[in-house]
Amino acid sequence: MRLDARGRRCPLPILDLARHIDEVAVGATITVEADDPAARPDVQAWCRMRGHEYAGESRAEDGTPAYTVRRLH
Amino acid sequence: MPGFLDAASGAPLHPAARAALLAALDDGWADPARLYGAGRRAALLLDAAREAVADGLGARPDEISFTANGTQALHAAVLGTLAGNRRAGLQLVHSTVEHSAVLHAAQGNDASVPIGVDPTGRVDAAAFVAAARGPQVGAAALQAANHEVGTTQPVTEVAAQIGGVPLVVDLTQTLGHAPVPDGWSVAAADARTWGGPTLGVVAVRTGVRWRSPHPEDERESRRVPGVPDVPSAVAAAAALRAVLAERDAVAARQRALVERIRNVVAATVPDVEVVGDPVHRLPHIVTFSCLYVDGEALLSGLDRRGFAVSSGSSCTSSTLEPSHVLVAMGALTSGNVRVSLHAGSTEAEVGEFLAVLPEVVADVRAELGATGL
Repeated sequence: MRLDARGRRCPLPILDLARHIDEVAVGATITVEADDPAARPDVQAWCRMRGHEYAGESRAEDGTPAYTVRRLH
Repeated sequence: MPGFLDAASGAPLHPAARAALLAALDDGWADPARLYGAGRRAALLLDAAREAVADGLGARPDEISFTANGTQALHAAVLGTLAGNRRAGLQLVHSTVEHSAVLHAAQGNDASVPIGVDPTGRVDAAAFVAAARGPQVGAAALQAANHEVGTTQPVTEVAAQIGGVPLVVDLTQTLGHAPVPDGWSVAAADARTWGGPTLGVVAVRTGVRWRSPHPEDERESRRVPGVPDVPSAVAAAAALRAVLAERDAVAARQRALVERIRNVVAATVPDVEVVGDPVHRLPHIVTFSCLYVDGEALLSGLDRRGFAVSSGSSCTSSTLEPSHVLVAMGALTSGNVRVSLHAGSTEAEVGEFLAVLPEVVADVRAELGATGL
């Protein structure tokens, strides 16, 4: 699943993740595309606080940073 | 000033500083370099202020120069040390959590070597030493303690292992609050943080190579050009003397209040991370971050209830970038609050802050629709 959080400021990209994580299967990934500079540290911190796995950063086609999370529970 | 919990940005003027400032506005207004009576009186006041600050810092008076503010002191410390040690190399080794003034000074230097920190904000001392001992290093910069999260840094340990490389130590937030660590070659301090007026201090150890990054004149041991602000120097020195006389007692009280904030916030605010080293820390600064909270809304909510705090969240900065300190630590940056106490901060004030905080956080989360996530 990919979420578009372009233009959404902290803490909204993390809220988007939290609202949709249950829609992917355990073991599957969800990716949030976010241009807010706070998303990079906060997605990782959210994974730590919620017990999910941070699976890394990539780029969307337009160059927007994309952060991928694996649902662990 | 009840509810003022942002002393690290500048504490309220200490009563001793106010009295000294008013007296020095009358007696120390003249140019201290002039040879008439009023000039000589200003020079005497400036000398006495320099001696008091040197004493507080563990330095010799001729090692001390006054700058306009703490940021300029940090700039002068970093740039002057690099300029004085060009022959050794151009590289500046620094931690990733230095004050932005140190990082800004380093930006003009292409050869900066940032050294990372652990999740508590403490620099990797072994990596820092290894980098500082490398080739082409002109200077190293390590803060005595972090200004946002309070974690102290291994300054003395690092200084003992980097040979002849000059170590620039940021003492802003430390001087007046905690012992000054041994081992600095060049140091910078900020009078606002100990209840003085807006004034910076740069200290250069005798024998350390340092060259002014500014056009030079005869002022301030040729380190800071232009007439120094004598009344502010007098007031800063008076505040420092007063603050140091009761430092340990104040610090013990502040440590207890900070411990209470750390414990109560963790217990009463859901989804919160208290950041910074729990033990090896400054007595008066404590920081925490709240999940699903807009930092700007949190600051406004607290302000409406009469509490002034600062934040490292991106939405509270003019650049919309989160605090580089929190990022370097891998800490949550949303809903960030830094509480910093001054000598007059009371238990009742802290208690009231802790009483309203959970409700303010809950209100911000409710507005964002972030309840139950």
